[in-house]
Amino acid sequence: MLIKQAPDIRSSEITDERLYRNRRQFIQTASGAMAGALAGVTVLGRYGGVVQAQETIPNLRPSPLSTDESPNSYEDITSYNNFYEFGSDKGDPARYAEEMTIDPWSVRVEGQMNTQAADVDIDDLLRPHTLEERVYRLRCVEAWSMVVPWVGFPLGDLIKRFEPTSRANFVKFTTLLRPDEMRGQRSPVLRWPYVEGLRLDEAMHPLTILAVGVYGKTLLNQQGPPLRLVVPWKYGFKSIKSIVKIEFVEDQPRNSWNISAPNEYGFYSNVNPEVNHPRWSQASERRIGKFFRIRTQMFNGYADQVASLYDGMDLQRDF
Amino acid sequence: MGVRRVKPWVFAACLIPLGLLVWRGATNGLTANPIEFITHRTGDWTLRFLLITLAITPLRRVTAWSSLVQLRRMLGLFAFFYAVLHFGTYLVLDFFFAFDLILDDVVERRYVTAGFTGFVLLIPLAVTSTQRMIRRLGGARWRRLHRLVYGAALAGVVHYFWLVKVDIRPPLMYAMILGLLLGARVWFWLSKKGSGVLSRA
Repeated sequence: MLIKQAPDIRSSEITDERLYRNRRQFIQTASGAMAGALAGVTVLGRYGGVVQAQETIPNLRPSPLSTDESPNSYEDITSYNNFYEFGSDKGDPARYAEEMTIDPWSVRVEGQMNTQAADVDIDDLLRPHTLEERVYRLRCVEAWSMVVPWVGFPLGDLIKRFEPTSRANFVKFTTLLRPDEMRGQRSPVLRWPYVEGLRLDEAMHPLTILAVGVYGKTLLNQQGPPLRLVVPWKYGFKSIKSIVKIEFVEDQPRNSWNISAPNEYGFYSNVNPEVNHPRWSQASERRIGKFFRIRTQMFNGYADQVASLYDGMDLQRDF
Repeated sequence: MGVRRVKPWVFAACLIPLGLLVWRGATNGLTANPIEFITHRTGDWTLRFLLITLAITPLRRVTAWSSLVQLRRMLGLFAFFYAVLHFGTYLVLDFFFAFDLILDDVVERRYVTAGFTGFVLLIPLAVTSTQRMIRRLGGARWRRLHRLVYGAALAGVVHYFWLVKVDIRPPLMYAMILGLLLGARVWFWLSKKGSGVLSRA
């Protein structure tokens, strides 16, 4: 299996150390504030969400793959979410996701692989990996975007542990199905459980990570804990949340939004300002926290690293 | 009860949605995406006021409280008021007069086309809402013109249907209420053909 190396990283992509220290300091301040909040009984968030138990993740390694754009506020990142398992309003996940229990948690890994299929406890799954901070742009298919300081590790590192066979062409992911705790699943808005997929080379790409935290803290329930995918050059819905199953499969799997509206959402769903959604334009986006719209970049600004994955493909057809 | 006495109170109540938006703006409560929030709220209230306005005639029939009609013009003008805020938010706050993007939107995006159509249909109704214009047009012609409100409401509901990603329950609710209100008119028309003392608009 050939893993394409990211081309040289432009110096502009490397976070300036001073900025980085500022960020660290901010995280410390934020952590302090959070600890203070936790010391109280339960603190109501601005949008009515209860602050959930969170852990600080120590010893985060910075990454040269991070953008130096300034991240959105923790408040924005945790209050404005799409997680249809809890409702289709952006505020629903922050309101209702606390109903989901994430402990205990295990991930089923199976399919075309040389190791034994297994239910792996989340701690065992994470143990061998070193967590890093990856500050990525996130572009939603609805034409808004954020910059998020994720905490995670390369999905490729996890894939290698399970030794996919030569027939493993795709990786399929499945979200938790638990309508008792996930009220959105009680309505057939999408076909539950939520499923997503990547081509194996996309999954092995160094930019693709599994995330467990944001701003140096474990993910809040509205962000898809304890384990979620982040693929920064694809529309946000590809970055599946609260993963319970990872399968190595031979044939291209369908993904939930594609099943729901095949003419509007493709398998690849790469950010592309030239391929409009049939009902709205993808040429520009609103960066949360900024007044003026900005132009959307090809592959969400990651073209240097990922464009070669799609050499020779018709991106109008394989949208 | 005299409608005249309650009219100022209804007027004040119609301003509550705007007041709440201003309140949220002052208290940092417009969510992480304030422009989207304002757009959605003003759009919701445009549709709601259109439906409330269209409910007056059936309500008069059912309750025989015929002076309700004295509220109809005010409610209709509030629908237009929220439509202006909705369209203004889109034009100024969302796209900040980026006319290349807007033109692309109005022509290419059918949900924008539908919404814009509904807005344009409301303009002659607002313009001809004064007593003097009613007299100038004459009752019959004025009533015919004001049937455009059916088209505007329909365009508004279609606009909503075409912009949601997949959860069609909210626009479906508006569509069902609109269907009920228009169905009531068909019913009255069929059952009382020829004896139309009350206006059908």
